[in-house]
Amino acid sequence: MKLTINGKETELNVSDDMPILWAIRDVAGMTGTKFGCGMAQCGACTVHLDGQAIRSCVTPVSAAVGKQITTIEAMQDDKVGQAVQAAWQQIDVVQCGYCQSGQIMSATSLLKQNPKPSDADIDAAMSGNICRCGTYQRIRTAIHEAAAKLA
Amino acid sequence: MNDMINLSRRSFIKSTALVAGGLVVAFSIPQAKRFMGVANAAEAMPLPAPNAFLRIGADDSITVMLAHSEMGQGVWTTLPMLIADELDADWSKVKVEHAPAAPAYIHTAYGIQITGGSSTTWSEFDRYRQAGALTRALLMQAAAKQWNVPVTELRTENGAVIHGTQQLRYGQLVETASQLETPTSVTLKKPEQWKFIGKATKRLDSTEKINGTAKFGQDVQFDGLKVAMVARAPVFGTSLKTVDDSAALKIPGVIKVVKVPTGVAVIAEHYWAAKQGREALKLEWDVAGHDKPDSAALLKQYQALAQQPGLQAANAGDVVAASKQAKQAVTAEYVLPYLSHAPMEPLNCAVKISDQGCDIWTGTQMQTTDQASAAKILGLKPEQVNIHTQFLGGGFGRRANPRADFVSEAVQVAKAAGLPVKTVWSREDDIKGGFYRPMFVHRATVALDKQGKPLAWQHTLVGQSIIKGTPFEAFMIKEGIDATSVEGVADSPYVKGTANHQVQLHSVQSDVPVLWWRSVGHSHSGFVMESLIDELAHASKQDPLAYRRQLLKDHPRHLAALNLASDKAGWGKPLPKGVFRGIAVHESFGSYVAQVAEVSVKDGEVKVHRVVVAIDCGLAVNPDGVKAQMESSVAYALGAALSSEISFKDGQVVQSNFHDYQVLRMKDMPKVEVHIVASTEKMGGVGEPGVPPLAPAVANAIFAATGKRIRRLPIGEQLA
Repeated sequence: MKLTINGKETELNVSDDMPILWAIRDVAGMTGTKFGCGMAQCGACTVHLDGQAIRSCVTPVSAAVGKQITTIEAMQDDKVGQAVQAAWQQIDVVQCGYCQSGQIMSATSLLKQNPKPSDADIDAAMSGNICRCGTYQRIRTAIHEAAAKLA
Repeated sequence: MNDMINLSRRSFIKSTALVAGGLVVAFSIPQAKRFMGVANAAEAMPLPAPNAFLRIGADDSITVMLAHSEMGQGVWTTLPMLIADELDADWSKVKVEHAPAAPAYIHTAYGIQITGGSSTTWSEFDRYRQAGALTRALLMQAAAKQWNVPVTELRTENGAVIHGTQQLRYGQLVETASQLETPTSVTLKKPEQWKFIGKATKRLDSTEKINGTAKFGQDVQFDGLKVAMVARAPVFGTSLKTVDDSAALKIPGVIKVVKVPTGVAVIAEHYWAAKQGREALKLEWDVAGHDKPDSAALLKQYQALAQQPGLQAANAGDVVAASKQAKQAVTAEYVLPYLSHAPMEPLNCAVKISDQGCDIWTGTQMQTTDQASAAKILGLKPEQVNIHTQFLGGGFGRRANPRADFVSEAVQVAKAAGLPVKTVWSREDDIKGGFYRPMFVHRATVALDKQGKPLAWQHTLVGQSIIKGTPFEAFMIKEGIDATSVEGVADSPYVKGTANHQVQLHSVQSDVPVLWWRSVGHSHSGFVMESLIDELAHASKQDPLAYRRQLLKDHPRHLAALNLASDKAGWGKPLPKGVFRGIAVHESFGSYVAQVAEVSVKDGEVKVHRVVVAIDCGLAVNPDGVKAQMESSVAYALGAALSSEISFKDGQVVQSNFHDYQVLRMKDMPKVEVHIVASTEKMGGVGEPGVPPLAPAVANAIFAATGKRIRRLPIGEQLA
């Protein structure tokens, strides 16, 4: 199966129904995207499919054929992704860090669609991403910070 | 796999050095290569000092070896700060690695290699500073030798030794230093000389955790490593009767199916195949006639026990006689559920068994017991088992298991499979897999005098012991009392301050595995005590803050936290319409935390708007880290208070994933303000002490808002 991951066409020997998450992690060996729940409840596996934030743990690879999969590994080459990562660093958001790839992918997608989100917009866009360390307050601050830098 | 560390073949240069405040046993790890390590030690020169805790490279890099695990709490930054201050290090050159499992890294207070009890910073405060100071002294001697000047003419700054206008970077001194004798004494800096300690410092693990390169146990991959999932008993304590793996073996990618003591493992090329393979297993478990826990029945049993005499955990005066003098008495029963830790990273453990020993890659809080358990299973010596600690995707106590459950099982799987295997748990495995914070029922009767002061306090707790049956039983259970079951009650200043008191415990036997959960016994006792005190304040028609101040008047650290939190929250000042305050203060793990919660209740829905936190943890080594842990504790505790619960029906766990084991999400995160008490008192912890006061502060605010007393967690639909 041919998948385009971070702009690179990659041939992977996987079945149609394998979730994108496992194709990325266990077959392509890119471990930045995380497994948290396997049923689109926690957002740790968030990637972009043609620019849209999706939960890769429940999206089969067959849905990604002919589309662009973008992962955390490519965020440093993305203008919005860079701003989000810089804000994360400035606010010192991370704790254990396991959910943060997914948080950053969701936040980047939010800012691409809504460059100046309100707290309510952030609640709506980010409540699908669980952080057990409870870094939510800093995530909120960092999203506002990134929005301000990009404006 | 050539890069793998092999402790058994590594030559340790053991030495001892007498330093200020104690004897430091240290050894060097000169040419050790680290699997996926941050710094390849092969690039570094031999150590300037025999030292387990840091090494300096010819490139000026300073690699700090962590005796404790980074699970979000920030020790990856705090421990290097301790070294950097004494070493006068160039902070930009600091790198960090988890240490292997080895005697040098045994906890200074607990006697095993462990990250727990909110103890890392205070327990390492001297040891890591001494390591830095010792190395600095050695580098100065090396510079003195190279320049041929007296060491007294030298000073150090930002990673260099300076003499007049000339300087030598630490990296330039490594070779000379490595030939010198280790100094036998060093003087530690005075607080006014600190550049890092006490200053808000940004995390050193931030970059790799935001660009996806940080390696968690889940991310361990190497050629030949397979993935396993284990089908475990649906009812705790039951055994396997029959296995039919024929369908599982037909799933593409499934390699083999093996039996292990905990169940049946499906070994596959990747997680997806292992998961499908496990689903295709046909298993029969011997559940007939076995005890099947049921939450409704458990509650009745616990409630009945709470009214029976239990084992004595604390006793003073004469509760019965004193109660007769009382003006009034308050009796209350509190119920707290089983809770899952649910760290974001599901449990996992990679194991490779070789002729020389065994290598284990995992995120663990308790290397010593993991190592010993693996060695026992494989018939090896502990030192033949190499633990490669990875970043922990959350711990909260779940990754510190005296029974080493997930590591032992992974070793059994790799042994039975005859292959290097990473055993991975699904979220369902995690939620249903036991090792919960035990369910507890508390029943208390407090008799009050005319002024509302407690005259007699009778308190009975019912719950499983987390220590019974573990290697810690011998020293943590005394006369039948598990200290962790009654902590926060038996030693409470309210109880101790009541002349007549009695605290009793029923430790219930069960096959449901239980374990410490962030703040351990305080996770239930903090809620009960601070809710109960609020009940007493209202029963005696007193302001909850004034009532606490009166009872805690001889407890200055409780008072300092209480006063700071209430001042910053504006206690007594008007709030927006519909918003009410609740307060709580609780000591745990050597720190004192007070919280004021601002809460509204609308259509039965609880909304927590703001939580003001004050903590006295003694010296705050990294104040921003302390703040982060308080924010984290509020979120962790609030999720549990509002909605988390593990329950049982027909012997099975009802919940399975984040849709029914609910935790806090962004939309419910309150504004959290943290204030640190300026304190020179004894250092305490910060990872856990923020948890206990949150639920009672919220519940007390709910009482202020609605007049309804929350005596059962989670709050759930109780206000609907």
